[in-house]
Amino acid sequence: MFGVVPVAYALWLSMTNSSGQLVGLGNFTRVFADYRFGSAFAHIGLYVTLWLVSLMVLVVTLALMLHGRLKRTSAVVRFICYLPGAFAGASSVLIWLILLDPVASPIGPLLRAVGWNSAAQVMVPENLPVIFTIIAFWTGAGSWIVIMYGALNGIPNEVIEAARIDGAGAVQIALRIQLPMLRKWIAYMLILAFAGGAQLFVEPQLVGTASFGQVPDDWSPNQLSYQYAFVAADFNGAAAIAIVLLVLSLGCAAAAVFKAGLFERGHS
Amino acid sequence: MDIPSTRPGSRRARALVAVVMAASLITACANADPNRDGVQRAAGPFSPAPQDSSSEITVWVDATRTAAVDAYRKAHPEVKIKAVTYSGGANGSTELRTKVELFDRTGEGWPDVVWPNVQDLAWATTGATPFAAPLDTLVDKSVLDGYVKGALDQCTVGGKVYCLRNDLAHNVLWYNKKLMDQFGYQVPTSWEQWQQLGLRVGKEHPGYLVGEVGSPTTPHVYFWGSQCPAGVLTGDRTVTVDLQDPKCTRMAQLLDPLLSAGVLGTRNKWDTGFIKEQADKILMMPGPAWYGQALFNAGYHTPPGEIAAAAPLKFAADAETWTGAVGGGMWFVSSHSRNLKAAVDFVTWVTTDPGYTATAATYPAYGPAATDWLAAQQASGYYANDIGPVLEQAASRIWTKWAVSTLYSQEAIYASTMVPALSTGKSVSSQMDVWQQAIVDKATALGYEVN
Repeated sequence: MFGVVPVAYALWLSMTNSSGQLVGLGNFTRVFADYRFGSAFAHIGLYVTLWLVSLMVLVVTLALMLHGRLKRTSAVVRFICYLPGAFAGASSVLIWLILLDPVASPIGPLLRAVGWNSAAQVMVPENLPVIFTIIAFWTGAGSWIVIMYGALNGIPNEVIEAARIDGAGAVQIALRIQLPMLRKWIAYMLILAFAGGAQLFVEPQLVGTASFGQVPDDWSPNQLSYQYAFVAADFNGAAAIAIVLLVLSLGCAAAAVFKAGLFERGHS
Repeated sequence: MDIPSTRPGSRRARALVAVVMAASLITACANADPNRDGVQRAAGPFSPAPQDSSSEITVWVDATRTAAVDAYRKAHPEVKIKAVTYSGGANGSTELRTKVELFDRTGEGWPDVVWPNVQDLAWATTGATPFAAPLDTLVDKSVLDGYVKGALDQCTVGGKVYCLRNDLAHNVLWYNKKLMDQFGYQVPTSWEQWQQLGLRVGKEHPGYLVGEVGSPTTPHVYFWGSQCPAGVLTGDRTVTVDLQDPKCTRMAQLLDPLLSAGVLGTRNKWDTGFIKEQADKILMMPGPAWYGQALFNAGYHTPPGEIAAAAPLKFAADAETWTGAVGGGMWFVSSHSRNLKAAVDFVTWVTTDPGYTATAATYPAYGPAATDWLAAQQASGYYANDIGPVLEQAASRIWTKWAVSTLYSQEAIYASTMVPALSTGKSVSSQMDVWQQAIVDKATALGYEVN
C-alpha cells in the first residue's frame, strides 16, 4: 500500500495539470524540454556508472580475498569495512566535506599536491561524480562486503574442494565457481545500488550548501524534481520526473533480474 | 497443437483501440503548462478574515529573530503571541511557500506574521488573494513615511506595500585604516581610483586584497553598485536581463585587471581557508553595512580600532552615487490573520521601537531608529572612524531597479556559474555570456518572460 498508492498518485499527477485536467504526456514533454533535464540525467548517469562498476569490482574482489587468503583476519577487516556505513547519509557527507577541504583535512597536503588549495577547487561540478562515488563506496560498500561474504559461505565446501582436487587455482575457483554462484547476489546488489544511486539527493544538496552554492541546486534528477515541486510549485512536473526515475529503475531491475535469473528456481 | 488465443480480426480491433487510446492520451486536450492561466495575476481587493482582537498570533521567525519576539513579549505582556522557528530568511529556503500552499489547500494553519526569504515576495504578493496583506491600509502613513527613502520599494507591488523592511544592507567601502596608514595610501572615492590603488597594491604589497569575487553575493556588491541590469522587473513575471549593457561590462573590465594582479580574492569570504589564510590580508572590501560587526569583528576577529567605513564607490562618469545591497530583511503580515491589529502592531514595533532596534544586529530600515543604532555601534568602540555619516548617507542610495524579489536567486546563479570559472583562472569578461544565459534559462524555467 505504501509503495503502490504513492506511485499511482505520482502517475496521476504526471498525467494531469494543476487543475486536475488530463494532459496526456504533456508534463513529460515539458520536463524533457527543460534545459536542466539533460544535464541532471547526464550527471547521475556518470555517477551511477562509476558507482556500480567500482562497487561490483571492488566489493566482489574484497569479499573473495577475505574469504580466501585473508580468512584469519577477515572478521576484523569486515568489521572495519562495515564501520563507515554506521554513519547515516548526511553525517557521512559532512565528514567528507571536512576531508575534502584542503585547509581542514588531514589529507590536506595530498590535496594541495594535486593543485587544490581550497574546498571550492575540489568541489567543482566536474569532480562531483568521482567524489560522490568515493563517499558512496566508503559508506555503502562495507555492508555489501559482509553480505557477499555470507553468500560465499553458502557455497558448499565440497564444490570448492572438488575444484581444487581437479587442479583449479584460487583465480579459477573464483571465476568459474564462486562468481557464477554469486550471480544472483550481485544482481540483487546492482538493483539496490542503482535505485539508491539514481535517487541521489542528500549528497549534492549538502555539498551545494557547503560550497556556498557552487554546486547547482538542480545537479541530480531528484534535486530537479524538488526544484519543480517546491520552488516552481509545479507538482505535476515533479511527478513526471519521479515517474521517469521509476521507469529507469524498474527497467534496470528487470534487466538484472532476467539476466541473472533471480526468480528462477532449482540451481543457483 | 497450438491454438491461437484470438482471431486475427479481434486482434486488429484491440490493437486499433490501443493505438487510439495511446494517441488520445498523448494528445489529450488540456494544457500542461503551469503558467497557462496567465502570469499577470493582479491581486484582488483585500478582504480581511473575520477578526478577533483577543486571539493569539503566531509568528514564524528564523533563529536570529527569536530575540525580536522575546523583546516584544516583554514590552507587551498582554498580547498572546506564539513563536515558531523555521528556516525563514535562509537563502533559497522554500519552506514558507511549501507550507502556505498546503494551508491554502486545507483552508487553515497560516501564521499571522512571517520573517520571509526575500524571494518569497515574488509569490506572496501575487494571485487573487496574496498571502501577504497589503500594509499601506493597515499601518499609519506617518510610520510608513519614516522608513529610509527607497527602503519600502522592494515591498511595493502594484502600488501596494506588502511588507515592512526590518533592516538595510547597503554597501559601503570597508577598509583597514591601520594598514592604509601604514602603506601610505589614500582611501579611494571612485571605482577607477579603487582599481588603480588595487594595481599598486598588487605590485607594492602582494598578497593583500582589495575585495573578493568568490562569494555568491558578489553581483550584489559590484554589479548592483554599477547599476547593471542583470534583472530588472518590468512586470510580475517579466524581467530584463542584459549583461552586455555598458553598465555591466564596465564593472567586468574594472575587475579583470585586479583579478590578474591577484588582489581580488576568488575564494568565498566565509570559506575556512579564506578566514585562515587571507582574512588578515584585507586592505579594502566593498560590502554591506553588516560587514563591520558580523564579518570583521565576529568572523575575522580583526582587532578594534582598525576597521573603518568610507562612502560607497561611484563611477567617475556617473552624476550620482548608487550602491547595491547584500540582504535586508522584512516582515509579512498574513492576509488570513484573524488578529490583524496585533500582527500589524508586532511588525511595526520590531522595526520602529528605538529601544529594540538600537540593539538589533543590522542597520534599521526605519530612519529614526537608525540614529540610535549608529550611536550604539559607535559606542562599541570597535571602529577606527565614525561610520555613522557614511552609513546614513549611503542608506538612501541603493539602486532600486535591481530586482531581488524574483523566484530565482541571482546569488545562486552567480555561485554555480561564475565562481567555478573564476576559481580556475577565467576572467569575468569572458564569462558574461555564460552568466547571462544562466540567468535567462533559470528565469524562463520559472515562468518569467525575459526581454
